[in-house]
Amino acid sequence: MSFPLLTATAALPAVGAIVTAAVPAARRTAAKWLALLVSLATLALAVTVLVRFDPDGDRYQLTESRAWIADFGVRYELGVDGIGVALIGLTALLIPFIILAGWHDADPSPSSQLRSSRGGPNETKAPYKWRPTQGFFALILAVEAMVIISFEATDVFLFYIFFEAMLIPMYFLIGGFGDRAHAGSDENASAQRSYAAVKFLLYNLVGGLIMLAAVIGLYVVAGNFSLQEIAEARANGTLDMATNTERLLFLGFFFAFAVKAPLWPLHTWLPNAMGEATAPVAVLITAVVDKVGTFAMLRFCLGLFPEASKWATPVILVLALISIIYGALLAVGQRDIKRLVAYASISHFGFIILGIFVMTSQGQSGATLYMVNHGISTAALMLVAGFLISRRGSRLIADYGGVQKVAPVLAGTFLIGGLATLSLPGLAPFVSEFLVLVGAFARYPVVGIIATVGIVLAALYTLVLYQRTMTGPVKPEVSAMPDLRVRELVVVAPLIALLIGLGVYPKPLTELVNPAVEHTMSDVQKKDPQPEVEAAK
Amino acid sequence: MENLIALLVAAPLLGAAVLLCGGRALDRAGHWLGTLLAAASFVIAVVLFTDMLGKGAEERTLSQHLFSWIPVEGFQADVAFQLDQLSMTFVLLISGVGTLIHVYSIGYMEHDERRRRFFGYLNLFLAAMLLLVLADNYLLLYVGWEGVGLASYLLIGFWQHKPSAATAAKKAFLVNRVGDVGLSIAIMLMFTTFGTFAFGPVLEATGQTSEGKLTAIGLMLLLAACGKSAQVPLQSWLGDAMEGPTPVSALIHAATMVTAGVYLIVRSGAIFNGAPDAQLVVTIVGAVTLLFGAIVGCAKDDIKKALAGSTMSQIGYMILAAGLGPIGYVFAIMHLVTHGFFKAGLFLGAGSVMHGMNDEVDMRKYGGLRKYMPVTFVTFGLGYLAIIGFPGLSGFFSKDKIIEAAFAKGGTEGWLLGSVALLGAAITAYYMTRVMIMTFFGDKRWQPDADGHAPHPHESPKSMTIPMIVLAFGSVFAGGFFSIGDRFMHWLEPVTRHDHGNSPLSAATVTGATMVVLVIGVALAYVQYGRRPVPVTAPRGSLLTRAARRDLLQDDFNHVVLVRGGEHLTRSLVYVDHSLVDGVVNGTAASMGGLSGRLRKLQNGYARSYAVSMFGGAAVLIAATLLMRAV
Amino acid sequence: MNPVNYLYLAALLFAIGATGVLIRRNAIVVFMCIELMLNACNLAFVAFSRMHGNLDGQIIAFFTMVVAAAEVVVGLAIIVSLFRSRHSASVDDASLMKL
Repeated sequence: MSFPLLTATAALPAVGAIVTAAVPAARRTAAKWLALLVSLATLALAVTVLVRFDPDGDRYQLTESRAWIADFGVRYELGVDGIGVALIGLTALLIPFIILAGWHDADPSPSSQLRSSRGGPNETKAPYKWRPTQGFFALILAVEAMVIISFEATDVFLFYIFFEAMLIPMYFLIGGFGDRAHAGSDENASAQRSYAAVKFLLYNLVGGLIMLAAVIGLYVVAGNFSLQEIAEARANGTLDMATNTERLLFLGFFFAFAVKAPLWPLHTWLPNAMGEATAPVAVLITAVVDKVGTFAMLRFCLGLFPEASKWATPVILVLALISIIYGALLAVGQRDIKRLVAYASISHFGFIILGIFVMTSQGQSGATLYMVNHGISTAALMLVAGFLISRRGSRLIADYGGVQKVAPVLAGTFLIGGLATLSLPGLAPFVSEFLVLVGAFARYPVVGIIATVGIVLAALYTLVLYQRTMTGPVKPEVSAMPDLRVRELVVVAPLIALLIGLGVYPKPLTELVNPAVEHTMSDVQKKDPQPEVEAAK
Repeated sequence: MENLIALLVAAPLLGAAVLLCGGRALDRAGHWLGTLLAAASFVIAVVLFTDMLGKGAEERTLSQHLFSWIPVEGFQADVAFQLDQLSMTFVLLISGVGTLIHVYSIGYMEHDERRRRFFGYLNLFLAAMLLLVLADNYLLLYVGWEGVGLASYLLIGFWQHKPSAATAAKKAFLVNRVGDVGLSIAIMLMFTTFGTFAFGPVLEATGQTSEGKLTAIGLMLLLAACGKSAQVPLQSWLGDAMEGPTPVSALIHAATMVTAGVYLIVRSGAIFNGAPDAQLVVTIVGAVTLLFGAIVGCAKDDIKKALAGSTMSQIGYMILAAGLGPIGYVFAIMHLVTHGFFKAGLFLGAGSVMHGMNDEVDMRKYGGLRKYMPVTFVTFGLGYLAIIGFPGLSGFFSKDKIIEAAFAKGGTEGWLLGSVALLGAAITAYYMTRVMIMTFFGDKRWQPDADGHAPHPHESPKSMTIPMIVLAFGSVFAGGFFSIGDRFMHWLEPVTRHDHGNSPLSAATVTGATMVVLVIGVALAYVQYGRRPVPVTAPRGSLLTRAARRDLLQDDFNHVVLVRGGEHLTRSLVYVDHSLVDGVVNGTAASMGGLSGRLRKLQNGYARSYAVSMFGGAAVLIAATLLMRAV
Repeated sequence: MNPVNYLYLAALLFAIGATGVLIRRNAIVVFMCIELMLNACNLAFVAFSRMHGNLDGQIIAFFTMVVAAAEVVVGLAIIVSLFRSRHSASVDDASLMKL
């Protein structure tokens, strides 16, 4: 057996997480560098996966398979298709930026240092046992490992375990490391933070439990957990599922993914979680972890239950449309920068889900590209927003004004992030959004038209945000605001370069994704609608 | 030769990248670099043009395929250029006027500390605009379309510290986005109908689909054109866009970007030719806007806003002509080019006036400036004569032809459209004369600005006057040059086709009528503003004047219906999200909590009550067992 | 004698014991009532043993006695320590086992 590349890609950050957590309390900086190096090494492995992957080869490549829990037919099965590769690449790419952006987010806060210095001789003698910095970076790496293995797993049970296990480090990241820029008092802030963390956990646990029931149901019906075997058996007709069974199982899976994605009306955990978490963790939630939800819809819902997916399509499309419009409208009404980005993300996830379920090649390619592009664009916007917030110590839009004058580079990068969010042609998100719209329009014109209205609303919330924070007279509180530092520029510049690069030349990505999309299309046995003129011939 | 096409776009794009990413080190030379690259683009355009002239009329189209942009199953979008006579016309206009305005800006923005960035934006605009007219498919055109929108956004809001500028920029972008929805849907319709959105295949295949489809596509394209070209009902942004620096108003909001809608319609001629209903709507939009803009132009005291109204109105002429089909396409483009010259010249003149008057824009505080700014006066005056259609000057040839073509449409429509166009000509003469008199003639009505500096009007530096002079040349001679021997018509005919129509009126009659209304318009303005002193504070005015000052109340409508309505909608949705959607979940959690709180009471700690429940439970179990037995 | 009569007696004793557990507050009395119930059960077991002609019931009765003896030891110890700390043998006074 050849070198288990996929296992290595997931295992490296996992090992890195353990080692980082074990770094002695006093060596905070060493822990940071260690985490950064591990994430870069993971990126190198992910690039290797990308290179070794042959888009025109088998559907699942670099496969690994070992017996695990033989009694239940659970196997340790890994394999990637083009979509998985793209998302592993995205994850491995974003984590170093997240780590770098959160470089100082988990330093012991000045107030806690103050407390310990005030605490008299007894406390100063006691070494600082709680190691938040090590914990923060270890948790990020742990999330990375779990996300990557979720993208690789082709065994339903294996996927389920990591899909759920991801909640644990995320819970601590949200609840343990909040945004220091908080309007209320310390107690208030920590109350809201734990509310957000608990809400995140409960929503996703409920989704996960329902999925667990469906996973067990699937085992009862199919007798094993292997994605490929079940899909093959279904295609051959050797595995016959009753219509109702298939629908129930589909709903069980879909519910969990819809919570994670998040789809209206299961979205309310996201603004809280993103608002209370630090900006890098917010990026981790929306750009990386949530992608597992939409990815799983493509792979598991469409792959295992094609008929039920078609049956549920009308309802899901309506929910996706509501997400698009509703998320955008709520983003317009937000007063908090991070919550605004969160609602914008809800709108974008609506587009992704729309693209998946219109079941056209353009829609699904678009949805996959959208996952990648949304990851990059939200990361750019949110991280710059985080830099902005850390300077002023406030998340409220009304507390800013005229930043453009004092920090032009910061404002410029913020604007580009915003323009990417509103899908300006020439930047990467445009390609994916247009593909989704075209794909939707080709099959359901009305759906396409309604979704297109979303682009006006996207412009509205982005430009209003930019106008209120960056333009106008300089507010006294921001007049001494420093421009982007080198570390911050190192984070933002590559993301912006990627946004432009993938907007102008998305071909490598589409070529990676296209064969996988064709497979999915054949899974659901749908054909693209023919253009009228050609159909007439 | 065709490999040069990409360079047209690449040169200014490079400039934008260098100027915007480069640091302060470029501050001293940045504007020269920007101007140089714009000029390079113009030189390449001239080279391509001379090459094109050397070929036969049908062999002039060049194309260049760069790379496959979005290859997805069943969906083919390429980065590929197409340079035909129509594109060439635009390329020359854009790069030519663009270069002039770069030169002008060197002087105009001399004291602005962010001049380098200004030139970066200008270069970005040139690149996007050239991409727009060179694209060989609608999706790439869309990139240019939004690119110019972005450049326009950045430039309108260039003085971002002024809230009014920031708001105007945002407004322009948003209104344009509404139009973009139209363009998006049009492209999607093309994709589902023709399976492609490249110009060639789509425009050739129009015969193979139904008229209904073509009408739908046409109307969506019109919506896009309305946004970009500030046509009713999406015209409200153009007046506010005058917050931008004046060279921007001249280049983007007069000569080039706002005419993109005309380009779109003429380019899509084959679609509109197959959809008479859509064409009718186009002519109606054009006719309404040409009156709307003219009326607004009459009431504004802000010199730039008056000119903006005029721009709107002149583009209305072009849209009207484009809606006439093959009768009007050529004239729409011809008017577009001549308008590019004289309107850019007028704006630059206005900028020169403002430059000398401490950035005062209120014409009521000008007066008698002809002695102080002779060059500006003469060039502005020539532009003025051109726009009102003074015989022999550019506007005379192009506008007259549109009026003729409107009559030539025939039937009631023809008469109606022709009359509207004539009426528009009268109003044009009126408001332009008003601008001219209020600015350059009469008494000095200068007033010190807010800081108490009295204005010292003076002629602008050479870098500003030379572009004005060049543009004035164009304003004077372009129309005649194009019309003699119908040169322009023969040049464009292979692309747009041309049809003479059958006018119920002879050309001479139309020209005569145009002259009559022209004289009436000028005379009215002279009586009102030339014979009497102009009050420094605006009189209350009639109901129409007051409405026109407020852009015929469209902003108020937008404000009440869209802004207020939208605010209420989002606010109530925020409430709904918090209390209803979230509330359902939180409510479930709370009721669970309540229930468990109540259940907890059962655990009262009394051993005897536990015993009771044990006995009760046992009794129930036994009873149940016995009952089951019995059954 | 008809063995069914023993069952009636056992039922009667069980009912008396149960009532005592429910209505008496003194822990000692409650305890005695529990013993009464246990012995009622024993009686029933022995009677059943007799009726069915095998020894199973008698063996279970022995088991019950052993368990009851062990229970008395633990139970009385608890009651004594409760009385020591509270100076009362009422079961209602010891209502600490609630949230």
